[in-house]
Amino acid sequence: MDIYLPIAAISLDVFVLLGLGAIVGFLSGVFGVGGGFLLTPFLIFIGVPHAIAVASSANQLVGASVSGALAHWRRGNLDLQMAFVMLAGGFAGSAVGVWIFGVLRRIGQIDLAISLAYVLLLGTLGTLMLVESTRAILRLRRPGGARRKLHQHIWLHGLPLKMRFRRSKLYISALLPLGLGFFGGVLSAVLGVGGGFVMVPAMIYMLGMPTAMVPGTSLFQIIFVAASVTVLQSIENGTVDVVLALVLLVGGVIGAQLGTRFGTKLRGEQLRALLALLVLAIAMKLVVDLTVRPDDPYAIEAVSE
Amino acid sequence: MTGRLPLPLLLLCLLLAAPARAAEPLVADLTSHLVAITTGFTGTNVVLFGATDGQGDVVVVVRGPDHDVVVRRKSRVGGIWMNKRQITFQGVPSYYEIQSSKPLDDIMPPAVQAFHQIGIANLRMGVVEKRSPEDIAEFRAALVRQQQRESLYPPAVGRVSFLGDRLFHATLNFPANVPTGTYRLEVYLVRNGQVVSGQTSPLVVSQVGIDAEVNDFANRRALLYGLIAVIGAAMAGWLASLPFRNA
Repeated sequence: MDIYLPIAAISLDVFVLLGLGAIVGFLSGVFGVGGGFLLTPFLIFIGVPHAIAVASSANQLVGASVSGALAHWRRGNLDLQMAFVMLAGGFAGSAVGVWIFGVLRRIGQIDLAISLAYVLLLGTLGTLMLVESTRAILRLRRPGGARRKLHQHIWLHGLPLKMRFRRSKLYISALLPLGLGFFGGVLSAVLGVGGGFVMVPAMIYMLGMPTAMVPGTSLFQIIFVAASVTVLQSIENGTVDVVLALVLLVGGVIGAQLGTRFGTKLRGEQLRALLALLVLAIAMKLVVDLTVRPDDPYAIEAVSE
Repeated sequence: MTGRLPLPLLLLCLLLAAPARAAEPLVADLTSHLVAITTGFTGTNVVLFGATDGQGDVVVVVRGPDHDVVVRRKSRVGGIWMNKRQITFQGVPSYYEIQSSKPLDDIMPPAVQAFHQIGIANLRMGVVEKRSPEDIAEFRAALVRQQQRESLYPPAVGRVSFLGDRLFHATLNFPANVPTGTYRLEVYLVRNGQVVSGQTSPLVVSQVGIDAEVNDFANRRALLYGLIAVIGAAMAGWLASLPFRNA
């Protein structure tokens, strides 16, 4: 059954979209990541225009992260103060990101920029995850492996504007979460991702937050960054397709709940290695699309009504 | 979406009405002047029917609303294919289809086709950038190729068919991705290679129902649309988390 997407102005099979949402939701439930970085490339692969895939993923992300953040909030794993400082940076970042997006779109390089950014991001991420999970698997085999220190003080924490974050038991420069939030905002606007897969490690290793606090806090601020990206994209570029976002969300929510249950029954290291391979496969597909001679080197775009 | 009246009945009505309008060398109309795009739209047919005052050939030109189109050419830069050069064409029809009672070249000489802008090769398109004629021709060919691939410049699959000498009809097939806007339908009556009569009528292709409203709203009230999109998604997320509250 085809569904007509009013902004994308194309018809796609509703079950394909629901399935896509469910698969991404399932993966995000299993792996505890937002899934935006998987959703956008998949949408591009099935023929949604790049710009609309990105903006509608951001919209879908609002719902997905509300759902996730609520679950963490009920368990009390949320550092609101940290989230608000990051948000201040996130809003600024999303505005800058949407502006960059508009400029790239006008000069006709948005598709290339999105693809390249994804290759860079997924390539790096996939490699890091693969290395990390392989090490973890090897460490498990050796008894009595060394444990990592929970909180190391690094020079970055000594920057000016120091602030006390009680819930996270930290006394660090506010510039760090601000900068991190800014970076996440730019990513969110240009790539349609929540940035959780970058933010979560950065919050653990750079800010030194307690691991339990990180996913909830990250998800909480992603709600608002994704919301601001959605509104700004809508005003600036008119690329948000609500129908697409809602269909994906329905699939995603179901998938996420199944994934969460499934995830607890599986071993973490093997899962992370699997995800790493999936991420690398997507990056490879994008590289192939970029480097193989296109069937027709010409592309057209209507610029006025 | 095909006619509300069966075609033979329509033609019969037309035949009965024809004597009264004998002064007109050509009359034609559509079974519907609106193509409504709804959710689940997969394309539609509109039937054109009409009568002439005697022998002759009929050419039908369907032209979608004009817009400016940027054509970009990818080149290899450091192993990656990226958009390098571009040419902007003005006055490009978003949809263009020709149907005729005989192959076009058998009906009228190329000069007459060019004069009436009949045929893709005869479309007049402005060029914004200063470029060599060879480049323009190359990019223009690419533009036409893309439009054909998208079925927006369909080859004349259907034909104008005559019933006897005077009554004719043609079926226009609009694909699922038909662009919206006001279309112009030109019907020409040709005798001995010359256009003896012409008629234009409008055809509106429009999104209707909820999709149209969503699109319209997104264009005109972008801020509000964005806010509603956010609130809608947030509500959906919250609702979804309810059944799993104690999980």
